[in-house]
Amino acid sequence: MSSGQWIEACEVDDIEVEDVIRFDHEDRTFAIYRTEKGDFFASDGYCTHEKFHLSNGLVMGNVIECPKHNGRFDIATGQAKRAPVCVDLKTYPVKIEADKVYIQI
Amino acid sequence: MAIVVQKRDYSITGPENKRAQEKGLATAEWYTSPIPRAKMKELMKRRNGPAIRDTIIWFGGLAILGYLAFLSWGTWWAIPAFLAYGILYATPGDSRWHECGHGTAFKTPWMNEVIYQIASFMVLRSATPWRWSHARHHTDTIIVGRDPEIITERPPVWRILLMQIFHLYGGPVEIKRFILHTFGKLEAQEKEYIPESQHNKTFWEARVYMLIILAIIGACVYAGSILPAMFIFLPSFFGGIVVITFGVTQHLGLYEDVLDHRLNSRTIYMNPILRFLYWNMNYHTEHHMFPMVPYHALAKLHAEMKDDCPAARPGLWAALKEVVTALRKQKHDPAYVVVKPLPSTARPYMYGIEHDLNIKVEA
Repeated sequence: MSSGQWIEACEVDDIEVEDVIRFDHEDRTFAIYRTEKGDFFASDGYCTHEKFHLSNGLVMGNVIECPKHNGRFDIATGQAKRAPVCVDLKTYPVKIEADKVYIQI
Repeated sequence: MAIVVQKRDYSITGPENKRAQEKGLATAEWYTSPIPRAKMKELMKRRNGPAIRDTIIWFGGLAILGYLAFLSWGTWWAIPAFLAYGILYATPGDSRWHECGHGTAFKTPWMNEVIYQIASFMVLRSATPWRWSHARHHTDTIIVGRDPEIITERPPVWRILLMQIFHLYGGPVEIKRFILHTFGKLEAQEKEYIPESQHNKTFWEARVYMLIILAIIGACVYAGSILPAMFIFLPSFFGGIVVITFGVTQHLGLYEDVLDHRLNSRTIYMNPILRFLYWNMNYHTEHHMFPMVPYHALAKLHAEMKDDCPAARPGLWAALKEVVTALRKQKHDPAYVVVKPLPSTARPYMYGIEHDLNIKVEA
């Protein structure tokens, strides 16, 4: 987790329920998730196994599956859940204000 | 004028590995056909139903054919009976190993894992090493020096292909690896793609495999017959013909060292029986481009992207003819590849690098 500045990432409605989008900020890239329950989460954009962006992956409940090798992470904690991912994903705090999604990086 | 062919080193621990990295072919960004996100989400959706149904049919079929084979033992009928049993053992063994390895066959993760472990033993592939080998195959599909699953190099080694009809090349290689793993060792190439955190798991899986194999040998000694091994272990050899037939059609005869699966993978139309055995891996271009789409949705994915792809082969026979013709040409001209025109609706091919024909022409 980080304790840096809050950055506006997108509007709430930019992300469908149980989906993920890409958010690029300066030279960094992130994945912003919206779960079936309506919770929002954020993580580094690239899979920790190889450099493939998770925004093309599949959100299933609280899990994101990498589009290239089907490795899985827990969206809320970043914990690696299925090979070939072995290294946890870095996650970031998220807050919603006035229908906008902010992440703290 | 003489054509001098530079023989390439296909091992993943050799100089071609470095060369691929230098050329930007390793862990590169690959071409993907444009499919709307909403459609993609629908195609990626996981279900348990189709895989449970197919698994019941598979094991049910094995029980019936196994019983018939048992009754035929000692007669000439045993030959076709065990051949049929072996094909139903090894062919879905291979495709279930593959799809459950991706974790897409079932929605429920443990179901994928159980069938993956069973099928891995059935086709004599170490579960954990092959999971990593296959991940590399998807990262660097048919990139020489990077992909450990290239069936044969160019010029083709026919001996390997012919031996694989009865799994006589890959089978002994795998058994040697089981023994190595049992004693806590890995081959040099395995160290290239299996992370250290997975080594212990590899060794313990091999020990379990060896115990099963020893139990089968014990059962044969006790029964005074090879009959027990005819049901478990040996079918991966005598039932291998369809596995290699499907296997050679996936990539052989097509491009190496490109970043577009439309150039190096082959999609083939097949009848429902073959598709059941193969779990729809005849849609091979589609599978490689979007590996998170489960087998039961590949026909729909094909319909979505076919306007962006070269025409599919009309059948297995046509694909085999294409492969054999290409391999025969590659014997004398290793640079030969089957070039497939794209429809007018398609985006251009993404070669990735200036294509190196790898041939020196001397005056």
